[in-house]
Amino acid sequence: MSLLSTQKLSRSFGGLKAVDNVDFELESGQIHALIGPNGAGKTTFVSLLCGRLRPDSGKIRFGGQEITRLPAHERVALGIAYTFQITSIYANLSVFDNVALAAASAARRPNGNRDVRAATHDALERTGLRSRASETAGTLSYGHRRLVEIAMGLALKPKLLILDEPTQGLANSEISDFKNLAAGLKQTTTLLLIEHNMDVVMDLADSVTVLNFGQVLATGPRETIRSNPAVQSAYLGT
Amino acid sequence: MDFGPFLLLASLEGLVMAAVLALTAVGLSLVFGVMRVVNVAHGEFFMLGAISAWFVVDLVPGPAALGFAAALIISPLLVGAIAAIADMTILKRLHYEPEATIVATIGLLYIFQQLALTFYGADARPVEAPFSLRIQFPWFGYSGYKLAVIAASVVVLVGVWAFLTKTRAGLVMRATQLDRETAQAFGINVDRVFAGVFALGAALAATAAVLVVPIQQAHYLMGGDPLLLSFIVVIIGGLGSLRGTVVAALLIGLSDGIISVFFSPTLAKIIATLLVAMVLVFRPQGLFGRRPA
Amino acid sequence: MTGVLNRSAILHIGVVILLFALQFVLPPYHHTNMARIMTLAVFAMGYNVAFGYTGLLSLGHALFFASGLYAAGLLIQMGGWSALPAFSMALIAGGGLALLVGVLALRTTGVAFMIVTLMFAQAGYLTVLYLGEWTRGDEGLVLPAASRTIGSLDLTNDTTRYFCALALFSIALLGCYLLARSSTGRVLIAMRENEERSRMLGYDPLRYRLTALVISAVMSAAAGAAYGVLFGYVGATFASIQYSIFPLLWVLLGGAGTVLGPFLGVLLMTYLVDLAGDVTSAHLLVVGIALVLTVLFAPRGLLGTVRARWLPWLP
Ligand SMILES: Nc1ncnc2c1ncn2[C@@H]1O[C@H](COP(=O)(O)OP(=O)(O)OP(=O)(O)O)[C@@H](O)[C@H]1O
Ligand SMILES: [Mg+2]
Repeated sequence: MSLLSTQKLSRSFGGLKAVDNVDFELESGQIHALIGPNGAGKTTFVSLLCGRLRPDSGKIRFGGQEITRLPAHERVALGIAYTFQITSIYANLSVFDNVALAAASAARRPNGNRDVRAATHDALERTGLRSRASETAGTLSYGHRRLVEIAMGLALKPKLLILDEPTQGLANSEISDFKNLAAGLKQTTTLLLIEHNMDVVMDLADSVTVLNFGQVLATGPRETIRSNPAVQSAYLGT
Repeated sequence: MDFGPFLLLASLEGLVMAAVLALTAVGLSLVFGVMRVVNVAHGEFFMLGAISAWFVVDLVPGPAALGFAAALIISPLLVGAIAAIADMTILKRLHYEPEATIVATIGLLYIFQQLALTFYGADARPVEAPFSLRIQFPWFGYSGYKLAVIAASVVVLVGVWAFLTKTRAGLVMRATQLDRETAQAFGINVDRVFAGVFALGAALAATAAVLVVPIQQAHYLMGGDPLLLSFIVVIIGGLGSLRGTVVAALLIGLSDGIISVFFSPTLAKIIATLLVAMVLVFRPQGLFGRRPA
Repeated sequence: MTGVLNRSAILHIGVVILLFALQFVLPPYHHTNMARIMTLAVFAMGYNVAFGYTGLLSLGHALFFASGLYAAGLLIQMGGWSALPAFSMALIAGGGLALLVGVLALRTTGVAFMIVTLMFAQAGYLTVLYLGEWTRGDEGLVLPAASRTIGSLDLTNDTTRYFCALALFSIALLGCYLLARSSTGRVLIAMRENEERSRMLGYDPLRYRLTALVISAVMSAAAGAAYGVLFGYVGATFASIQYSIFPLLWVLLGGAGTVLGPFLGVLLMTYLVDLAGDVTSAHLLVVGIALVLTVLFAPRGLLGTVRARWLPWLP
């Protein structure tokens, strides 16, 4: 069943077509990877999905409902969560407070978990941040700030979690922790994953969409994309 | 008087006002454009210009024109120097953080006002015009000095324009306005540019004040109106756009006289203030600016 | 965790008790001064909700203070209302005005927000002058002593006045204390710290900012109305730009985003101006220098610095 779809979605900056007539389908319960070279329009595309940016034209549907004109905060309430590529956390607040704000937002939903403290601890535990809960977020290392970003995404308890290059700047051991975390999430959450690290993509993703110059170059199950010669020569570098 | 001559008179008065306003507002706009600083003390630079002009004219012996000419040179330099010092000792240390600089310039406003009150006093004092030529139109006579104010403002504005577009220093300022980091990377001393821009902005306000002081007396509280009007002009013209600022100054200067004929001046001010607020809310790029892509 | 709650609760209750006790020992001059400081502190605390907690730097709060002052003053003077109903109407006036101003001004942020609020307040000030027939402009109104009562309480009496100011102050302090620890309060801080992030966590920036502005304006209006009723004078100065700058200064000085900071700021500033002597001429110089020195050397203010250095549990 399709959780999210777009029709002819477009957005330009000045004369630059960052997202150009994109038709896209996202199956429920999958991990779907979005790949493409720098500047392909990946961040712009998911920004349109989560409502950070307005499209110039086209439609977005989520769970059978059209959300094209819905403001970002209402999309979050419907269950779309976004983690920023360029980390955007509350630098002056503690790690706990950062994640608690996300958990408190989820708690407001009709059958959300009212125990904000427990939900926060759970998200911290799963991202391995428990021991750093009382540290000020802005003083953390880059990799740990990425993890705070992911923990906030988890604490929102979304139906769709959009992760914009979550492994950027993580150490190898942290990347393998992330892979376990993502695989475990699959039961409850659909994941849309922007990722440059092809190992992560090939290990995790059920299906893959390749974006180039704002257009869909190819889309399909992981194996098809892996063996697609055009994609291979251009983006997989193999 | 017939309607035609009346309109001519009103337009002349409006032009004088517009000319002075344009000079003052261009100073404010320049500072905002290049430094992104909202200088609440701008009106006080205007006031300091007027008061220092009174002191200079008072001190220089000989004909009125000589003292006035001295004031026209000394006052802007003096006020510019004060502004440069304020920039280097205060604004620079705040890293031009918008909220902190606004608070600091509010502080400067009070300090300048009180110092003026202490050293100059609470009286409004006139400065004699450098010449008292009266130009006779068929319907009425008009002060030659006021016409000279219009001409002088145009000359100064053209000078500023030439400075910004034709000289190296002006180019450096505009480069800094476009992109502070890149300018720095190209070896531009941004600190010096900022001090220079802040001084230039203040000097423009002071120049306007010197020109105005034979028409309107010097007083320690005279900075309020030019500040508010400059704000209005800069907002309507589009924050940081010099061309928009000049156009808006003309518009406001010319319409001010006409509006206050129809309304009581207070009501006119209320309406104008609310309209400007609405412009900022609904067209933050100004009436003449284009929305950035 | 409960220890933390106790510590800060004890501190705030302690301040209220101290102010209560002070009333018995203060000489008359300081007695009146203190009543004024507590009333103005409510204004400062209201400003702090918008500026300190939510990050809304308004340069137009004189509008809200004056709306309370004039709503109460005019209802008493023209309508013959008694003090308490007039006070309640003043709260509604302040809140309603904030709703209107907020819906417009909150479309802007940063510098534009400052200028828009400044312009609205300026329009308010000019309106007070324009309606001179009723407000008597700069000269102002002196409220008749007979109208300054609540039931059998005579508000012109020094002791009664002190207790009324203290009661209002305590309610405002408690309100701020609870707000700062509530989930809404945390979201307000989140808006200040990172709007984009907060939106992407599902919080509607406009809704929370508007809430903060209305709370802030109602408190400011309460302070304005109380000021009019307690001290019996209603004048246009209170609508002027100076009364938009004062709360900013008080809050900056005492510590933005701290519950007790605004009170401390008013206290300090009042006695600083007092010490500077000749109130009429040196007054604004002190204000100006205090503003510049605070942003330069103590941008977090007194309590903000104390919290950062020594007492991280301060709300
Ligand atoms: N706010 C903006 N204003 C102007 N241009 C933009 C803006 N955001 C993105 N762009 C441009 O749109 C294009 C697509 O950018 P986008 O960030 O979506 O790419 P991306 O695929 O996420 O790249 P990366 O892998 O580097 O993150 C780029 O050319 C970028 O410069
Ligand atoms: Mg990207």
